[in-house]
Amino acid sequence: MLVEEIMSEPLVTINSNDRIEEALELLNKHKIRHIPVVSENEQVVGILSDRDIRDAAPSILEENQNRQILQHEVSSIMTTPVITVHPLDFIEDIATIFYEHEIACVPVTKNNQLVGIVTEKDLLYRLIQLTGIHEQSSQIEVKVPNKVGVLPNVTKIISDRNTNISSVFIYPYQDSYHEKIIVLRIQTMNPMPLIDELKQHGYEVIWPNIPGLSK
Amino acid sequence: MTNEASFVYTEAFKNYKFRDNHPFNQKRVELTYDLLKSMNALNDQQIITPRVASDEEIALVHDRKYIDAVKRASDNKLAQEESLEYGIGTEDTPIFEDMHQAAAQLVGGTLTAVDAVLSGQTKRALNLGGGLHHGFRRKASGFCIYNDAAIAIQYIREKFDYKVLYVDTDAHHGDGVQWIFYDDPNVCTLSIHETGRYLFPGTGNINERGHNDGYGTSFNIPIDAFTENESFLNAYKESLTEITEHFKPDIIVTQNGADAHVYDPLSHLCCTMEIYEGIPKLAYQLANEYCDGKWVALGGGGYDIWRVVPRAWAQIWSVANNHGKTFSGSVPKRWLDQWQNESPVNLPTTWHDESSIYEPIPRKEEITEKNAILVNKLLEPIRNEQKYML
Repeated sequence: MLVEEIMSEPLVTINSNDRIEEALELLNKHKIRHIPVVSENEQVVGILSDRDIRDAAPSILEENQNRQILQHEVSSIMTTPVITVHPLDFIEDIATIFYEHEIACVPVTKNNQLVGIVTEKDLLYRLIQLTGIHEQSSQIEVKVPNKVGVLPNVTKIISDRNTNISSVFIYPYQDSYHEKIIVLRIQTMNPMPLIDELKQHGYEVIWPNIPGLSK
Repeated sequence: MTNEASFVYTEAFKNYKFRDNHPFNQKRVELTYDLLKSMNALNDQQIITPRVASDEEIALVHDRKYIDAVKRASDNKLAQEESLEYGIGTEDTPIFEDMHQAAAQLVGGTLTAVDAVLSGQTKRALNLGGGLHHGFRRKASGFCIYNDAAIAIQYIREKFDYKVLYVDTDAHHGDGVQWIFYDDPNVCTLSIHETGRYLFPGTGNINERGHNDGYGTSFNIPIDAFTENESFLNAYKESLTEITEHFKPDIIVTQNGADAHVYDPLSHLCCTMEIYEGIPKLAYQLANEYCDGKWVALGGGGYDIWRVVPRAWAQIWSVANNHGKTFSGSVPKRWLDQWQNESPVNLPTTWHDESSIYEPIPRKEEITEKNAILVNKLLEPIRNEQKYML
């Protein structure tokens, strides 16, 4: 999936020589946490987060708060240079950037122009969709050997029952190289016959099971 | 004179049958009916033969195109691609002959129950053939073709402008009814169900609280798998009592799915008959307190049709008809003799279950604590509002 499919159009931007106070107002008004800072010709020159502003803002514990600070220019506290991505980058790349740089937002640029923004919330939304939870379905988890042909075998058992699959994801079983967990959301209210059949084929269905009890 | 309670019943409920060995089996209603007859608890004057719902009535909730598709499926004239769009012809909800007529009969049963209560003929009415809460406006799902509960609620809204409280104790989330009234402030839905983490349909989270004008009139308690009686009943009683007091309904509609029992093959809850006594008792009491008695009780899920559903549903009738009292002691021998041969499992001989019917649950305390925290979170907005008003 590409960045351009999940990015939001940047509705809110600020100029580098605007005052911090204006940035603060924008954050509060739009309930957002990041504003791309742009130059006259829409080029991204930095990014301003709510944390940057908080660092600069007077402490709420101080008796005489120095509101003057908020009159400084945005350019004095923004993060620059800023990490940007391209609309044709993959969303996995953004996940890596968020993870490595411990940030939560990247502007998207094309020809040096700001065209969009992606936040950790956008990414989490896609992750939730990946789990298939947005469609009526039941979830089962199957432990399988890590070898060729297992996934089609499992999904064939499901499709032979004329049951649609909402989503599939696979993760390693603990640290084992030899086993994997396949998590399936399937569009049926009654997964029991299917679970029985998977067991008959020798697959281990690890949920549903009583927590704290080994199978 | 107003009767205490009426029982909507027809043999035709059994025509709602997907195929042999399908878990949804309306023989449950007949077994319940016969159990009540064996108890001498149901006389012929209390029974109402239901009508069949008209297309106009079904269209109170469902899309005309969808109704038309179900009709064509009934005559085997629906192409496969189209049928899947409408959620029919699947493993869960396969096509069967005359499925429209069979489904419209269940809806008619629920509307008959509603009519009996609204006309003042009876205070309370049961339609155990209804309660098909998964049906969407234009899609069948989870064994449900037409959503009789939602149709009945809309019917009540249009005819009487009553505020309706819908209470769903099925082990699965009452998603169809919830989404249909999600933005309606005059219909309050409460569903207590096993968490959708694994179980169908997956929704029913605590943060689903309604939308726009309806915000604050949708309540969900997604209790943990392996929850037992005490924790289930605590969650149910605490939330239903406070929500009823807050919402002040004019009528209560309950969906009484009986699939939270430990014997039920489709869910992972570990309750026993105790909850099926507690559930109707509180509904009865609150309907008396807030709604002048007006209560419509529907069936729903329930897939152990021999050991669980007949007893569970018979208790609703006992409560509704006999001043909130439940049956106890032995199940009548006549009923056992009548059905034991046909039943693949040993029929229960008493109204209560022994706690020994399942192994102790290892993480009981944690599960109980988790459910209690959930209920507090759920009710927090109501409680805060009350504090504010003081």
